[in-house]
Amino acid sequence: MKFGVVIFPGSNCDYDTYYVLKEVLNQDTIFLWHKDHDLKGVDAIILPGGFSYGDYLRTGAIAKFSPLMREVKEFALKGGLVLGICNGFQILLEMGLLPGAMLRNKNLKFLCQFVYLRVENPDTPFTKLCKKHQVLKIPIAHFDGNYYAPPEIMEKLKRNNQIVLRYSTSKGEITEEANVNGSMENIAGIINEKGNVMGLMPHPERASEKILGSEDGQYIFKSMINSWIK
Amino acid sequence: MKARVIVSFKDEVLDPQGLTIKNALHSLGYKFIKDVRQGKVFDIEIDGISVEDARKYLQEIADKVLANPVIEKFHWEIIEK
Repeated sequence: MKFGVVIFPGSNCDYDTYYVLKEVLNQDTIFLWHKDHDLKGVDAIILPGGFSYGDYLRTGAIAKFSPLMREVKEFALKGGLVLGICNGFQILLEMGLLPGAMLRNKNLKFLCQFVYLRVENPDTPFTKLCKKHQVLKIPIAHFDGNYYAPPEIMEKLKRNNQIVLRYSTSKGEITEEANVNGSMENIAGIINEKGNVMGLMPHPERASEKILGSEDGQYIFKSMINSWIK
Repeated sequence: MKARVIVSFKDEVLDPQGLTIKNALHSLGYKFIKDVRQGKVFDIEIDGISVEDARKYLQEIADKVLANPVIEKFHWEIIEK
């Protein structure tokens, strides 16, 4: 499977993501420069974490106007797999490929820590190797991850099973304390209605090797590989 | 020509920064402060188009770029012709 990792000025998880896909999971992986117009025949696109354009204006707000994003949007609308991690998730929201928006974390702090995530929907190309309500241990690192959606959008997300990951305790309980950034409904990751574009605030690329404290991030990437093969 | 665009959170969206500022003001003794909402101000210089066109483009730019309509509202005015 051929992955493309998009680099924006200010991306800082691009090499981690590339490393995990290429070296840990042995996938054909290339970088895509945000100013290019060519997706170079990739099967899946990853928008990595970081601070594209220094988070100026709003997180992800400037990146959406990058030339390559027109191709990414077209790729997504045609059903191509797109995964947005952290800042990548924020970019997908700004682009309108996913619904809602991010507010500053409720405690106004940059949060950099391991969290537990409960898999709400294992019937997606990004979570198909997980079991329903399986708990994943993956770190977060963000200032603006407090997910917000107006009531009618939230209703739709629930109705269509678009909430994929929720912040939970290590036992999988959805509690207020586990909801570190204050997200509505403890939301950590959502998918679009069509089921081919997903965004999540936690960093699976930072939890894909035992030496880093968890390999649970591999579930996300391996699910993508598995769904592409089938 | 100079224009000013003000972007702020919609009333129904919680503003944790505004809330923190309000709490700080309370702790300084300004108990009469009922609410604080934090926003952004953009001072924009415009050249080479008519006032009428400027109005049209300001509306477009504020909606498309300066504000995120999911969580924010905006207000613009031409402050110097």
